[in-house]
Amino acid sequence: MSAPTARQVWLLHGSLLAVALVFPFVFSSSFAVNFGVMALFYAFIGQSWNIAGGYAGQLSFGHVVFFGAGAYASTILQMRFGFSPWFGLPASALAGALVGWVIAFLSFRAGLKGSYFALITLAFAEVLRIVANSVEITGGGLGMLIPAKRSAANFQFPERIGFYYLILALTVASIAVAVWLKHSRFGAQLAAIRENEDAARALGIDVYTEKVKVMILSGAMCGVGGCFFAQYFLYIDPIIVFGVDKSVEMLLVSMIGGAGTVYGPLIGAVLLAGISDATRALTDVQGLSLVLYGTLLVVIIAFLPNGLIDLFQRWGRRRRHPAEKEGS
Amino acid sequence: MDATILLAAAINGLLIGGIYTLVASGLTLIYGVLHIINFAHGSMLMLAMFGVFFLLTKAGIDPYAALLVMVPAMFALGYLLYRGVIGRFSSGKDENILLITLGLSILIENLALMFFKGDTRTISVAYSDKMVELGPLLVSLPKIISFVAAMVLCGVLGLWMQRSDTGKAIRAVAKERMGARLVGIDVDRVFAVSYGIGLATLGAAACLLMPIFYVSPTIGHVFVIVAFTVVVLGGMGSFLGAVVGGLIVGLTESFGGLFLGESLGQIGISLIFILILLLRPSGLFGAGR
Repeated sequence: MSAPTARQVWLLHGSLLAVALVFPFVFSSSFAVNFGVMALFYAFIGQSWNIAGGYAGQLSFGHVVFFGAGAYASTILQMRFGFSPWFGLPASALAGALVGWVIAFLSFRAGLKGSYFALITLAFAEVLRIVANSVEITGGGLGMLIPAKRSAANFQFPERIGFYYLILALTVASIAVAVWLKHSRFGAQLAAIRENEDAARALGIDVYTEKVKVMILSGAMCGVGGCFFAQYFLYIDPIIVFGVDKSVEMLLVSMIGGAGTVYGPLIGAVLLAGISDATRALTDVQGLSLVLYGTLLVVIIAFLPNGLIDLFQRWGRRRRHPAEKEGS
Repeated sequence: MDATILLAAAINGLLIGGIYTLVASGLTLIYGVLHIINFAHGSMLMLAMFGVFFLLTKAGIDPYAALLVMVPAMFALGYLLYRGVIGRFSSGKDENILLITLGLSILIENLALMFFKGDTRTISVAYSDKMVELGPLLVSLPKIISFVAAMVLCGVLGLWMQRSDTGKAIRAVAKERMGARLVGIDVDRVFAVSYGIGLATLGAAACLLMPIFYVSPTIGHVFVIVAFTVVVLGGMGSFLGAVVGGLIVGLTESFGGLFLGESLGQIGISLIFILILLLRPSGLFGAGR
């Protein structure tokens, strides 16, 4: 087996970006652009999960805790303190990073890992959901409605296409982070921690610090996703932004596409958005898309533990080396 | 604050804690033997509750009589699910099993949403609103029945684990997998039986819960965190821990609601969960990780 050359990799990045750039011109219906926005949105928050869950092996069941922190931080600043919604982007990154730091500090200090870490993130998300549901500044269970005032200066693009290019830029940035992790020292340390924490420690890696750093990074990205979500839908409430569903979706797109890979979350996200739009267009049966997705998760873990991206990679290898046998 | 109110909150907390104990005993058994965290526990309970609901509405079977149907049915479901899906794919890592049970729970929950819609359903039986005088308090009869039955069932399960051959085999596998295999125990069968018993406790819990609770496709969420909290608090794999943990969690919920209000009151359970994981992950009665 030989890895693709650097030139081939850049060709892949470039052609994917070109496709994404022209997509809303080729398919300009609002249905298609909405599909693009949702696919990229899931790719973005999926990548934030993937940075922690895939690259560093810190499986989280409550990643929504960062998402909701970002969504509420930016919306509260805008609605209660009159800040520009654009200020919400850095503010939500900061909120997500802060929550990431607190959770990582507490959990990794206590030595939690594996399933225990997954469960404690879920509990933290539950705590913030209950707080958001109970205090006044968040609007409680009623949530917060951002009044519609369509202008780009107000983070409400008159055309959907504005949202499309914004989320595209965020997704490209998240993919750049993933590529950087793949090639950097930090990324290599995370991979070592993922594969075997004790061995990584024996090699002199400061396991605790690296894990805290990656949770801060992942939390910041996911927080920005929350800010984008709030501005796109103009409404948030505790169940939407702190509920289990979003956590599960982030995890699903990464796991199904391929956790710990650069393009895994994107593949999973396009599939999730596609299945969700297709089932909604064909039937009005509630829950069908997640039935398909839940089945896919079980099947993938059973038969394709590296995710769908494995299929692409096998196909790519065969194309480059037609004579080579599978797995050689 | 009036002492009667405090007493009422304590009684209510203990009564609901009994059900939590029953739900958590299955989870703790599955963890203790298989070392897997059954994330599908909540959705399996939901499934069993719909079973009880339809047995009453379609076939007219009383929820308590439904125990005779639901317990074996859930056992069979668990046994087959383990043989067919979970065990088959469990060769990999602990995280993979967690993800498979997560996938199953997404699947079951959304199948329920497809067929039953998102509505909340309740049942009404003759004794639904019956009250019993308990000193200065009026306590709901089905709640008392559910508590007593949950405690009896937990006791029976504990005794059975101590005395019966299968129970001994289960405990042997939990302690020492390889050793159990060497003395001729069919370990895979024990795994499947344990998973089956874990779900059978949910069948029982569903029958006891339906007269006092409601069911909807997402009801599992309500119980997932609670059940995990009970299990972690008591110590993963410990039955005594599940009983004590269940009662503590029930009391926490009840007093939390009393002092902090309906909404903020729920926070107590999650905080206990976090604190126990951070400070004493082996729980009150656990043997360490």
